[in-house]
Amino acid sequence: MTGSGWHRPRAAETWRNPLRDPRDKRLPHIAGPCGVTIFGVTGDLSRKKLMPAIYDLANRGLLPPGFAVTGFARRDWSDQDFAEVVLQSVRDYARTPFRQDVWDRLAEGVRFVSGSFDDDAAFDRLTDTIAALDRMHGTSGNHAFYLAIPPEAFPVVCKQLARTGLAEHGDAHWRRVVIEKPFGHDLHSARELNEVVNEVFPEDSVFRIDHYLGKETVQNILALRFANQLFDPIWNSHYVDHVQITMAEDIGLGGRAGYYEGIGAVRDVIQNHLLQLLALTGMEEPVSFSPDALRGEKVKVLSATKLVGPLDETTARGQYSAGWQGSQQVAGLHQEQGFDPESRTETFAAITLQVDTRRWGGVPFFLRTGKRLGRRVTEIAVVFKRAPHLPFDDTMTEELGENALVIRVQPDEGVTMRFGSKVPGTAMEVRDVTMDFSYGTSFTETSPDAYERLLLDVLLGEPSLFPVNEEVELSWQILDPVLEHWAATGTPEPYPAGTWGPPAADAMIGRTGRSWRRP
Amino acid sequence: MIVDLPSTTTAAVNRELIELRERGGAVALGRVLTLVIVTDDGAQAEEAIEAANAASREHPCRVLVLARGARRAAPRLDAQIRVGGDAGASEVVVMRMYGQLVDHGASVVVPLLLPDAPVVTWWPGPRPKVPAEDPVGRLAQRRITDAAAQRSPSRGLAAARSSYTEGDTDLAWSRLTLWRGLLTAALDQPPHEDVDSAAVTGATDSPSTDLLAGWLRSRLDVPVRRIRSGPGGGITSVVLERHSGPIELVRPDGKVGTLTQPGQPDRKVALQRRHVRDCLTEELRRLDADEIYQAALQALPAVRASGANHRKVTDSAQGARS
Repeated sequence: MTGSGWHRPRAAETWRNPLRDPRDKRLPHIAGPCGVTIFGVTGDLSRKKLMPAIYDLANRGLLPPGFAVTGFARRDWSDQDFAEVVLQSVRDYARTPFRQDVWDRLAEGVRFVSGSFDDDAAFDRLTDTIAALDRMHGTSGNHAFYLAIPPEAFPVVCKQLARTGLAEHGDAHWRRVVIEKPFGHDLHSARELNEVVNEVFPEDSVFRIDHYLGKETVQNILALRFANQLFDPIWNSHYVDHVQITMAEDIGLGGRAGYYEGIGAVRDVIQNHLLQLLALTGMEEPVSFSPDALRGEKVKVLSATKLVGPLDETTARGQYSAGWQGSQQVAGLHQEQGFDPESRTETFAAITLQVDTRRWGGVPFFLRTGKRLGRRVTEIAVVFKRAPHLPFDDTMTEELGENALVIRVQPDEGVTMRFGSKVPGTAMEVRDVTMDFSYGTSFTETSPDAYERLLLDVLLGEPSLFPVNEEVELSWQILDPVLEHWAATGTPEPYPAGTWGPPAADAMIGRTGRSWRRP
Repeated sequence: MIVDLPSTTTAAVNRELIELRERGGAVALGRVLTLVIVTDDGAQAEEAIEAANAASREHPCRVLVLARGARRAAPRLDAQIRVGGDAGASEVVVMRMYGQLVDHGASVVVPLLLPDAPVVTWWPGPRPKVPAEDPVGRLAQRRITDAAAQRSPSRGLAAARSSYTEGDTDLAWSRLTLWRGLLTAALDQPPHEDVDSAAVTGATDSPSTDLLAGWLRSRLDVPVRRIRSGPGGGITSVVLERHSGPIELVRPDGKVGTLTQPGQPDRKVALQRRHVRDCLTEELRRLDADEIYQAALQALPAVRASGANHRKVTDSAQGARS
């Protein structure tokens, strides 16, 4: 070989990989050597989302050679038993076709550690397992810990990870923790939770999953707004009358009482998904797409967002009662197993927000979400003002509504524009028509699942799509007043399952002279 | 749904497409590009359509297949329109040309291109001498050839090099994306040392092996050897020599790769040879000039070929590791 003096290894900061080139856009970003440890492997989340996502990533060639998956749960399983469980969920839920080669490689790195969270011996075994993976399998000391467990268990697991040294960073290796919502139930508890986690993992190694941010359509909001010249000029209070953000689910809460009772729709959905959608819709243009620039803009718009009062008139809440969900007869919340028949937990919530910036002054943002609504849909509707002057007489424009731009987040991902058009015929008559951009049903089939994207970002250490501490605390700051108000007075208004929410919601938006879109 | 239009005109095809859209709802809205496939009539045409249908699930497109039939017949155009379940997320128009029409494929395509959307031309079989100057190629922003499908793959690659124009690309290039990704990721890890030399081993008839060697040469600017391992099997190994020892990525069976680095356990990874449909999907993902591919092509003459004496190189690689 050639002389030795020239080959001193360089520090990571000054090193540039000669094989990488920003112009080489085909080159996949494959995660470096690493492994993931999942707590709560028996839950729905890991069975239906995480494990299939891991397989899909492997199938797309995005996981490093020698990737390892370690499961931790209170089951008497061997590595093989756990591998069977993973295989089953891959077969049931994976997006990409099953390939034996890919699975065989993945299965070589599957481990299982049996124990409960307060069992020191189990965590010592976990430490040994991870050390052995580093030695034999090539995970190089890089590990992500996925806490697919209720937040009550966070403190004890974090303490165990600290005690065993598993949470310890090094110069040459990283440790990261992934947590799922709920991030607390109000500002105070969110701060406490953040403290617990940050005591063990510094903020830059904490990845909070809001799976909405992993969706292609949500990322497309940024492309739509900032890559086009067409929309930005009208994206402000001069042209926009109001914004409606809706997340409707058709499912009920049967079997989820333990999670949902006392939580309700505001904490479950508005605090994370809807406020993130609001932030992306309302934020200013970031100077770059670096994680800091993007989060900076989101934090700015969230810190300018406030509830509009008086809360009795600008908010609405409901609880579904028995009814017909489409073609199916379903029970009301009070009849669902596990719920208190006197439960005051809201399953529908609608709130009015204002964003105090020059761009949005005077434009109300209406947010609503609910269970057992008409159908499953998430969308952002930007509704425009009417034309200031119409050269038509009233009869000609009787059927003309307001122009709208609707971003359909799910299902049937795409963008719809609504505008007026002349009805064919002799008389001048203008009626609403829609123009549709759709990712197409088969097209979305192969676009990666949100969890795939987010999990890969965790392994790559790419934090753009994860809300930071500050965003979480700001969203609680926005919502705490309504939570306190609702806790203090009144009860949710019942609405029959399969409808679009309680009359109070219609009254709430009706007071401003507007009405809800039927999504 | 399949609609046959024997002995027809492009105007009639266009009319039928619009009628199908009106009858069946928005079929052709939201199409992002037109993919023109130039092929000889026969089994190859069906294989290409199948790959295009699979690719259309990520890139909804209109697929125009120009199938060249017998030249000695009377000039005639037979068309077949496939939409819905028979065409993935695309709409496919297969046009069989006969007689003099065979040489005027571009004229047949022009009336059927989607307005304003980019055009991609793909030759699954024999490539034109200069794709960018081919009448159909000239309509396209992106021109896809396949060196491996030429009678002589190495000559096909040489032709790709000499006729390169911005917008050209080759499936031999997309076939090695996974290899490139793994090698790049391996270099990302410490120790961050320079690569002193590299060796790429693969089948004699594998243009992807040549291109991989060319890519390494263009990126690393160090001596790169291209070692021939007999016909069949594609790429079999890459060795990057560094001071601390070699990084080796070896795939003897065409399925499982093993990544070996000094002082680290061997790591295995599924590294299957890629299907045409996956390569095509990747090709359609970007429509701008691929400068990295161009540089790899241009570096080809700088790659040292070695055939019979390849044992010596592997020996020295082994020596450096121990």
